[in-house]
Amino acid sequence: MSDIALTRPVPVTSEPPLARYLLIGFAVVFVTLFLFAPLLTVFAEALRQGWAGALDALRLPDAQAAIRMTLTIAAIAVPINAAFGIAAAWAITKFDFRGKAFLITLIDLPFSVSPVVAGLMLVLLFGANSTLGGWLIANDMPIVFAFPGILLATLFITFPFVAREIIPVMMEQGRAEEEAALTLGASGWRTFFTVTLPNIRWALLYGVLLCNARAMGEFGAVAVVSGKIRGETATMPTMIEMFYNEYLSVAAFTLAAVLAMLALLTLLLKSLLEWRHADLLAATRRH
Amino acid sequence: MYQTIQIGAHTLAQGTFIRSFGDGRIEIDAGHERLSGRPVTTFRGAISKALAGGYLRGGLLATVAAIGLALGGPAPAVAQESVEILNVSYDPTREFYREYNELFNAWWTAQGNAPVTVQQSHGGAGAQARAVIDGLEATVVTLALSADIDQIAERTGKIPADWQSRLPHNSAPYTSTIVFLVRDGNPKGIEDWDDLVTGDVQVITPNPKTSGGARWNFLAAWGYAQQNGLDPAEFVGELYKNVPVLDTGARGSTTTFTQRGVGDVLLAWENEAFLALASLGEDAFDIVVPSVSILAEPPVTLVDGNITSDAQRAAAEAYLEHLYSPEAQALALKHFYRAWDTSEAAPEDVARFPEVNMVTVEDFGGWPKVQPEYFGEGGVFDQIYQE
Amino acid sequence: MRAGILRSPSPLPGFGLSFGIMMTVLSIVVLLPIAALLGRGLMIGPADLWDMLNSRRIWSALTLSFRAALIASLFNLVFGLMLAWVLVRYRFWGRRFIDAAVDLPFALPTAVAGIALTALYAPNGVFGQALAPLGLQVAYTEVGIWVALVFIGLPFVVRTVQPVIEELEPDLEEVSATLGARRIYTLRRVILPTLTPALLTGFALALARSVGEYGSVIFIAGNIPNLTEIAPLLIVIRLEEYNYDAAAAIGIAMLVISFAMLLAINAIQVWSRRRIGNV
Repeated sequence: MSDIALTRPVPVTSEPPLARYLLIGFAVVFVTLFLFAPLLTVFAEALRQGWAGALDALRLPDAQAAIRMTLTIAAIAVPINAAFGIAAAWAITKFDFRGKAFLITLIDLPFSVSPVVAGLMLVLLFGANSTLGGWLIANDMPIVFAFPGILLATLFITFPFVAREIIPVMMEQGRAEEEAALTLGASGWRTFFTVTLPNIRWALLYGVLLCNARAMGEFGAVAVVSGKIRGETATMPTMIEMFYNEYLSVAAFTLAAVLAMLALLTLLLKSLLEWRHADLLAATRRH
Repeated sequence: MYQTIQIGAHTLAQGTFIRSFGDGRIEIDAGHERLSGRPVTTFRGAISKALAGGYLRGGLLATVAAIGLALGGPAPAVAQESVEILNVSYDPTREFYREYNELFNAWWTAQGNAPVTVQQSHGGAGAQARAVIDGLEATVVTLALSADIDQIAERTGKIPADWQSRLPHNSAPYTSTIVFLVRDGNPKGIEDWDDLVTGDVQVITPNPKTSGGARWNFLAAWGYAQQNGLDPAEFVGELYKNVPVLDTGARGSTTTFTQRGVGDVLLAWENEAFLALASLGEDAFDIVVPSVSILAEPPVTLVDGNITSDAQRAAAEAYLEHLYSPEAQALALKHFYRAWDTSEAAPEDVARFPEVNMVTVEDFGGWPKVQPEYFGEGGVFDQIYQE
Repeated sequence: MRAGILRSPSPLPGFGLSFGIMMTVLSIVVLLPIAALLGRGLMIGPADLWDMLNSRRIWSALTLSFRAALIASLFNLVFGLMLAWVLVRYRFWGRRFIDAAVDLPFALPTAVAGIALTALYAPNGVFGQALAPLGLQVAYTEVGIWVALVFIGLPFVVRTVQPVIEELEPDLEEVSATLGARRIYTLRRVILPTLTPALLTGFALALARSVGEYGSVIFIAGNIPNLTEIAPLLIVIRLEEYNYDAAAAIGIAMLVISFAMLLAINAIQVWSRRRIGNV
């Protein structure tokens, strides 16, 4: 340390310059190889026949139906999971009840369940061979290979995301603020909207964005329960696979690029939030 | 009730049912005129087959059914409501059915019918059959082999057990066979099946568990070994030792071989091989026809249990029947399938197919026997990977 | 209900409502499907269940899924930590860009990731061609599975460790340096122990996520039985043989593994909360 200090002052809480540059260089290479290369492949393949080819692919009715389908699924699944996440966080962090730890594990479970197993469970439950599924199909309410099945699969896969983000934040904040608000005469809902929600809004937004990104991109579980009917039950990821299998690789990768851009938009939004949020965050932490 | 009738050898007409003559012919109102002829139903194939081949039971059944249809009387004509058909198919038929759906609709509306919305679902044959069993409401299934349709029939009861006799040629409107696709100039000098078991050849074929086409590949290799006095189990076992990638579907294997550059030879449906040549360039690959291959019959049938209306049934039956029309057969030939009727086909679409010495699945005892014995759990294929 | 379930009274309202919503959604989305799977297992019976699982091919697939996930997660543990450190501690051009990209695997559909990785690492792909002279084949081998799982698991390690690095108090490092410790010693003895719980959590999350991964792996793995066939693919194969019982058996085995791993994750979190307050 001392010999370096002679030439240029290095803060004691950082590494020697050489190590720093090596680490930065490593990070750039690593991210390029593992993250940017696949992403670039997607865009390069999409633009193989120029912008015209990509735009033509987007004009295909099947592609548009798949985009609509995916956005619809996300628009329904995300609010449900957000409502669930808030309710679960309120019940778990503001009250003390038996079996709480087990409940948290149950909420986390979908995260580590293989998407294929998730699909299998839905088929076993709602497939024509089960009692419930047989009855539902007989009454013209098919679940698997129809819209509800895809929705359920997506809900399952994205289930823990919002709850997982909010619970730690609410746990950290405790109940004192809410109790104070109530003592001052605020109603329960008013307490929630004016005290709790502002406290968790960043975590909530972050969770919603993650949930949304995952909901739009889910493939494994949806592939098991989607009938793959073009224009009907094909989501963007399943449609991508279908295009790819038809040697329409430009169409497949264009749709993939759109999905990637939707995801990037989500991530950009998230980064923006974090950036704006940074001051607030720093301020609360300094206190 | 809408009926399709056959007037000449290939002329079909459609209209509301008026009356039936005693001899099996019926009269219909086709809008501008009244026409009479034999009703075209799914049993038409059975009738002609029964007459030709003397399948008495099938013929009786068909006659009874035809009478039943005829006696059904004039039901209220279904107004030109929109009808939907869901065709659940396997991987390599996408291009063919995309064009066929247009051809069918052009013909169907020319008969004075409302256009039919045909929806397509494609995937690995096994996955598609399972989806139908689990409740996917297919109107018609057009799969890679009859074993998958047998499974649907057996497990759901939505298809009669004798479905395969409902349409001509075992309900297979087109057939194919298995050929080798090799890299340009055939650098490894692959000419026949025995070239695939030598040490330095990599063979690409999909997983017979998940792909219908792969099961035909397997049986073709087996057939070769049998005809050449080799131990089939050992021969096929050796062959699979040279397989570096088992994709889940025929399309996956084609992509692995053509786009990813893996392997020396692809065992492929003949139509897939031609399609790869056509879409990826004639100078990139060569087709090699082995000394023995197999007659692959991808069958089609109506899923009776999923029919919701008479109009839908009429449209779906006509949809399958029309596959046998000269125009549709020509289209199948254009898409590299070996179809039966070459009268309307372009000569180059017919001339393309080489003579192949083909075994059939009947030589193995038929699919009901082959499926469990070779591809079921613990079957011959599983044993290859057992030791 | 409130009195029955609650351990200690709370002055806050809304327990019934929030608990009700939570249990309703949880039941429909998670519990009911899991019950269907376990119910199927009960109907089969434990002895038959074991018979179905006790074959070399299934053990190969399960151990492959687990081994590949373990290797990829260990890789992510080391390199994810380095990445997180660089992103928090250093300021360089493009940092924000890289930071945002870390979430990419999370958002990109797994099938697309699989296809893109296969195109890159296939013998005729950009990376495949570069690696071939070294005698390395990635696509269609177990290494390919590792690559796909590294891609899938990376964000979990980085995103778990990053906030903890951000919150590290510089005081400790200053004290350590003032006392004459070398930087590497400070990193090893002061920083690393503080990060350990977060690292373990991130590692476990990545592991849990990769064990069951399907979409990205089937494209890049060779899918050869006993060698490169992962457990989720076996489930799909069993389903396509119409063998729902065998599919359910493998599904249950994987569910049990998932549940065990989650319990481990939660145990780590409880342990780390006790150790350093919170993660």
